[in-house]
Order: sequence, then C-alpha cells, then structure tokens
Amino acid sequence: MIEVVNISKSFAGQRVLDDITTVFEKGKTNLIIGQSGSGKTVLMKCCIGLLDIDNGKINFDNTCFSDLSEKKKRTTQKEMGVLFQGGALFDSYTVEENVMFPLNMFTKMSLEEKLDRVNYVLKKVNLINANKKYPSEISGGMTKRVAIARAISLNPKYLFCDEPNSGLDPKTAEVIDALISDLTHEFEMTTVVNTHDMNSVLQIGQKIAFLHQGKLWWEGDNTEILKTDNKELNDFVFSTELTRRIKR
Amino acid sequence: MKFIREIGAYVVLMFQAFKRPDKGKVFRRQLMMDFEALGTDSIGIVAVISLFTGAIIAIQMAYNIDSPFIPLKTIGFSTRQMMIVEFAPTIISLILAGKVGSSIASEIGTMRVTEQIDALKVMGINPANYLILPKITAAMIYNPILIVFSMALGIFGGWVAMMVTGLSSSVVYIEGVRAWYDPFTITYALIKTVVFAFIITSVSGYKGYTVKGGSVEVGKASTQAVVYSSILIIIFDLILTQMLLT
Repeated sequence: MIEVVNISKSFAGQRVLDDITTVFEKGKTNLIIGQSGSGKTVLMKCCIGLLDIDNGKINFDNTCFSDLSEKKKRTTQKEMGVLFQGGALFDSYTVEENVMFPLNMFTKMSLEEKLDRVNYVLKKVNLINANKKYPSEISGGMTKRVAIARAISLNPKYLFCDEPNSGLDPKTAEVIDALISDLTHEFEMTTVVNTHDMNSVLQIGQKIAFLHQGKLWWEGDNTEILKTDNKELNDFVFSTELTRRIKR
Repeated sequence: MKFIREIGAYVVLMFQAFKRPDKGKVFRRQLMMDFEALGTDSIGIVAVISLFTGAIIAIQMAYNIDSPFIPLKTIGFSTRQMMIVEFAPTIISLILAGKVGSSIASEIGTMRVTEQIDALKVMGINPANYLILPKITAAMIYNPILIVFSMALGIFGGWVAMMVTGLSSSVVYIEGVRAWYDPFTITYALIKTVVFAFIITSVSGYKGYTVKGGSVEVGKASTQAVVYSSILIIIFDLILTQMLLT
C-alpha cells in the first residue's frame, strides 16, 4: 500500500500538486487520471523518488519514503518496477539483456538462473522469440511488454506505469491493460497507472484518482465514474462524441 | 553566476560518479565496452593523422634548413620533439575531444531525454557512477597507449617521408631521433594525456547528463562538450607546461 499524505509540489513558484492525499491499495490497479498538465506525471515522479516533494509525506507500507536519504531511498526503489512512457529500454542491449539488467545488478544468480527468470517473465508478457532483438527492431507494443518484463523481473512490490498505452493502437492497448491487471492480481502488487485512456479507466480502474489543476478532484472506481455528477470529471470522461453517445 | 552554478553542478556530478560501483562485475563489463568504444575505435584516425603529420613535420623541417651550419639530423630531432611534446598529447587529445567527446555527450544525452537515466535511478542504481565512471577510467587508461602509438607512428612517418623524398638519409634521420633525448618529455606528455582524458570524458559526460529537452538539445550538448573540452585542454596545456617544464 502507498499512502500519499498532503503532498505539494511547485516549479518556479507555480504549484503543480496542491495538497494531495490518497491511498494506492495493494493488489489493485490504481489509476491516476486527468488532462495533460493536471499533475499526473509529477505525482508519479514524486512517488518513485525522481522528484522531491515540497510538503507532505509518501509512505510505502510502513516506510516514510519521502523522508529517507538518497541512499536509503534506493533500498525501497529496488522494490519498485517502473514502466516509462516510451519504455526507456537501453538501446545498446538486446531484449534479453534489458530484462536481465536488474538481475545482473541486484542478484547473485547464475547465468542459467537468470536466463530462466528472463524467459519466465518474457513468457508472462507473451513475448517469445524476441530475446536477441534490439529495441530498435521491435514494435511499440513489444517495447512496452519488454519494459513491463524488465519492471517485474525482480518481483517488485510496487509497479508504476506512466501512460502505458500512449502511442499504441486500441487493440494493443487493451492487451497491455489486461497484462498490467493480470500481473497485479497474480503477484499482489500495488500498481499505479497514469493514464488518460478511457478504455483503461473502464477496464482496469479498480481505484481511480482524478486530478484537476493539481488537486485531487474525485476518487472512486470504474463503476462509480459513470454515475458521478462531478462536472469537471464528466467533462473529462465524456469529452468525445463517442463517449457522450455511449452515455446517452 | 550561471558559470559558477555550472561548475558547482559539475563537481557534484563528479562526486556522484566517483563512488564505489554497485557491482564490480558490471563495472568491468562497462569498462571493457568503453575501452573498445573510446580507445580501440579511435586507433584508425590516430594512426592516419599521426603518420601524415610526422611526414609533414619532417619535410617542412628539411625544406627550412638552409644553413650548412645546421646539421641534417635536426630533422629527426625536431620531428621527435614535436611529436612527443606537443602533437601527440595535445593535438591528438583535441581530435579525440571531437570524436569521443561528442559521442559520449550524445549517448548520455539521448539516454537522458528517453528516460533511460530515470529508469536506472528508480532501479536504485547511481546513474552517474554507472555511466560516467567507466568512460573516465577507460579514457585515462587507454589514451596514454594511443598517444605513445601516435608518437611512434609520427616519428616513423617522418622517416618514410625522408626515404621517399630523399631529403635526408635513414642513418642521419635516426641519429637525429636519438639525439639529446630527455626521458622526462615522455613523462610530461603522458601526464598531459591523462589530464586531457579526464577533461574530455568528464566534461562530455556532464554535458550529456544534464541535457533537458529533446534531440535539438542533445545536439547542442554534443557541440558544447567538444567546445568546452577543447578550450579546457588548451588552458590546461599551458598550465601543465608551465608547471612541469619550467
């Protein structure tokens, strides 16, 4: 479980996150939604320790992560898996080497054990026969799957995904959503997903936090979101003609 | 003010880079890859430039010796001195600043803008240490080898030029190369090389690591890495020459 307590963050005097308090629950896919510029990515970067917060606290289970020194933060970071928007795979490494990278850095496994683990996680993300390919040789959807495989290779307790569906066609996006949801439930992870894809919201949003102008505007799940009378949330969710038709 | 902030940020980054690597085996692997990328891959350009420059120096010396009171062995002596004292350590380092420096800055800069450095950080890895330290170490070990190679090839190039043009005999040229030899000139050249290797890799690493933006900024960082490294090499050349030779 991750607790975010009264956190604020400003850049050059401009407040991007304003007194946000929420809980990301264990074993659930927790979604952060909102328009571009609402503070979703900043909130996630604060949670994973890439940005320091101005006020408040971020607790990972019983550890106050935001108060830790850089060195001690690294111990908690080793329990996180992060899927970046573009995948952030290492260009000079093959798919296999990318997934093996955390194992090389933090385990004393033999090469055979590492290869077994790599093949296991690649199978989990439905990626076979791609071990020896370089990131430049695979598609966007495959890149995301490799990045997920790398993120889960060390059995993380927390999984963060920053816009996992950006740049993907609807069908591949659905596959990635299903994969994130399945892995969350199978490994009992605390998963936090940044998205503005309404398909993801409706499919895997077990807990949804809606950010608007840097504030936490609404919280609920994927059934409640369709019934809410919150104007800003409705404007966001039903912003397209298609979703308005579905609502009617 | 910006200049002082940049120096401060550079020093902080170097403190982060010069920490014990997270895993020795991974560091050694990175080091081997950087030996190849920064050293072995530069052998060709160093060889060609050194060989031709040695030949040019020898020919120019030969044509400029008009007086019969200046012995012809001055050609060999001058070629050796110029190659050892200045050309190999300084000019080759300037060339490497262009080749290696831009490559380091663009590699690390691209990793920054594609969030690969963020990915390293959230894995609990010190990215500065993982990315920059092996490059600095590789260049500081490999560049002196390249420079000694350059010295030898330059002197050999001078000999080839004398044989082809007939401006001096082989015996006289070699006698000149061996004349008034001071071993300290090699030490002086190698000290300079190690300092220049540190400047090239650390400045380029810093410029790449601190890129903000996209591909345009990576290009700018790459250019700045070469310009700053070259200027610092010349400044430190003067400082080290003053300190070591006077």
